[in-house]
Amino acid sequence: MPPLPARLRIMDAPAPALSFVDQYGASRDDLPGSALPWLSALRETAIADFAADGLPTPRAEAWKYTSLRPLEKLAFEPVVNETISIDKLPTLLPHGQGGHRLVFVNGTFRADLSLLGDFPDGVEVNSLADLLTHDPETLEAHLGRFGVGEGQPMLALNTALMRDGLVLHIGAGVMVPMPIEVIYIGATPDTPRAFHPRNLIVLEPGSRATVIEHHAGLGTGGYLANSVSEVLVEAGAALHHYKVQADDIDAFHIATSHVRLEKDAVYDSFTLSTGARLSRQEISVRMVGAGAECHLNGAYMLRGAQHCDITTAIEHEAPNTSSREVFKGVIDDTARAVFQGRIVVHPKAQKSDGHQLSRALLLSDRAEIDAKPELEIYADDVKCSHGATAGDLDHAALFYLRSRGIPEATARHLLIEAFLTDTIHKIAAEGLCPA
Amino acid sequence: MLEIKSLHATIDGKEILRGLDLSIAAGEVHAIMGPNGSGKSTLAYVMTGREGYQVTDGEILFKGRDILAMTPEERAGEGLFLAFQYPVEIPGVPNTTFLKEALNAVRQYRGEPPLDAMQSLRLVRQKMKELGVTEELLKRAVNVGFSGGEKKRNEVLQMAVLDPALAVLDETDSGLDIDALKTVADGVNALRGPERSALVITHYQRLLDYIVPDKVHVLAAGRIVRSGGKELAQELEQSGYAAFAGAA
Ligand SMILES: Nc1ncnc2c1ncn2[C@@H]1O[C@H](COP(=O)(O)OP(=O)(O)O)[C@@H](O)[C@H]1O
Ligand SMILES: [Mg+2]
Repeated sequence: MPPLPARLRIMDAPAPALSFVDQYGASRDDLPGSALPWLSALRETAIADFAADGLPTPRAEAWKYTSLRPLEKLAFEPVVNETISIDKLPTLLPHGQGGHRLVFVNGTFRADLSLLGDFPDGVEVNSLADLLTHDPETLEAHLGRFGVGEGQPMLALNTALMRDGLVLHIGAGVMVPMPIEVIYIGATPDTPRAFHPRNLIVLEPGSRATVIEHHAGLGTGGYLANSVSEVLVEAGAALHHYKVQADDIDAFHIATSHVRLEKDAVYDSFTLSTGARLSRQEISVRMVGAGAECHLNGAYMLRGAQHCDITTAIEHEAPNTSSREVFKGVIDDTARAVFQGRIVVHPKAQKSDGHQLSRALLLSDRAEIDAKPELEIYADDVKCSHGATAGDLDHAALFYLRSRGIPEATARHLLIEAFLTDTIHKIAAEGLCPA
Repeated sequence: MLEIKSLHATIDGKEILRGLDLSIAAGEVHAIMGPNGSGKSTLAYVMTGREGYQVTDGEILFKGRDILAMTPEERAGEGLFLAFQYPVEIPGVPNTTFLKEALNAVRQYRGEPPLDAMQSLRLVRQKMKELGVTEELLKRAVNVGFSGGEKKRNEVLQMAVLDPALAVLDETDSGLDIDALKTVADGVNALRGPERSALVITHYQRLLDYIVPDKVHVLAAGRIVRSGGKELAQELEQSGYAAFAGAA
């Protein structure tokens, strides 16, 4: 992201972000589920919140290092009914092994590209648009229930304009053996599109599933993908949630996840970010049940003028909860990474532990990381730690490799790979092949 | 093989090598001895092209070619090898990967076809057997968690695999027990031949009982202050370096 002109930084009043508000006004009546009073109420509140806040800027503490003001200067068109042809699916799963694949193009579900293998009984996989049209009652209990909160303009914008997304419901005790791959493709046939995918994942007690999100572009230009995922993992259930963000280099990728973990639930997530001109991955996890456990891990590789913001908030609200968080990244050229990691241990969360680590490898003098760890501990019998490191490649190691004949470029590559190794390993272990 | 003429080198503007001359013919093994801080490691790093070492005067010819303008990897390709005094730990890079990358890089430089993983492993295993190096060392990350002796054995293993024309061993014997010392000596002796040379930097005459040098040099304050045959090492063992302290 090139630095903003000073003129834009000192503007006071939040800009109205008219174009999105206008879009809502114009499309209000043909958004899916527009006849549902509960949904319309949700959307109306959301658009009012968004209009009040405007696009996020560093004036908001949660957006201290990232501004979405540049979006105002770009005209994004809403996605209407159009079928863009896709020649080659950027799938991560090895071919010929069956499995489940849901494909969304510019946020719209594409049955023609998707592959829904045999699911065990008790698994329901739907597109949000479909459910809103045919079976909205099942959504009312969950949609928009976890992702509420003040000061989240992008989430509000998503709620106002959401049309489609993945709705996954796993019944009690069901184990889904194969990973469910969800591919989100951004395409810009002419003018840049903006879309707001909305995912809802509910795992009933004792169930288990693996969801792999893959975000990629067609290389046809910029777009704004502003997605929201609401995740509920009920007692003793486990969700493995992996994500590869390889969006087009002109794209804006904003993703907000709200995760709620009940007793002994496990949420294991890994995010690999390599794409997008500007990306933000915001994950909020509330561990409301005793013994809940979450792993938030990720890696990023940035170059050029890319900007990647990882913002996480982990709330230990019950006893014996544990969290592990490791984000590692390699930053080259004038790219910039942001890591904001907040861990809050509530008074009731005795015997909990939370550990967080951010490590960045800076490959150029102008590469930058802003790391802001925050620990707030209100219980006395807890174990918590956090750490943040940033540095360049080990010169002694580089010389050692080169002195053995290994060319400088290869030596650098080996060291970068070694730095990322233990996080990338997780993806490899799942049998994935990130392109 | 090696021709160093009037070499001057600085670190951070401080002159460490102050007119060093050294000539090693093909097939010869030379030893350099000298007090701590006399510039032995500096010489090794200048020869291999480490950054931060400026050559302000003089030249180094290796097989008749000026190597000072070459990158470290080109020098390795030409057949120069340094066994480091302090081998570097590289977390996350498996020793096998490292050996294979190094071997193929050097082979490519020499115009030889690359070896696949199996072939390179076979070669490495054979060298390990000859040197009595345990299989365990292959699996770990380069030098990570290695004992002092294991690190030195790993240096000798790399040397054996890369098959250099000139091996420079920088205090490879320091801190080794007698078995490890013999491993190091065996490794060097196995490489001896009419077309190969070695430069053994050491503090102790002990190693030279096993690697018998053709010539011994004393380095003090950045210069070779005395040269002689292998008996010079014994003499130094008895008299120490005190006599050379002011010699430069
Ligand atoms: N990186 C460095 N920066 C500054 N001085 C150095 C550095 N490395 C070595 N020296 C100095 O150079 C001199 C020679 O060091 P070195 O070549 O390591 O000696 P030796 O190997 O003979 O013990 C010493 O005075 C040492 O302090
Ligand atoms: Mg030394």
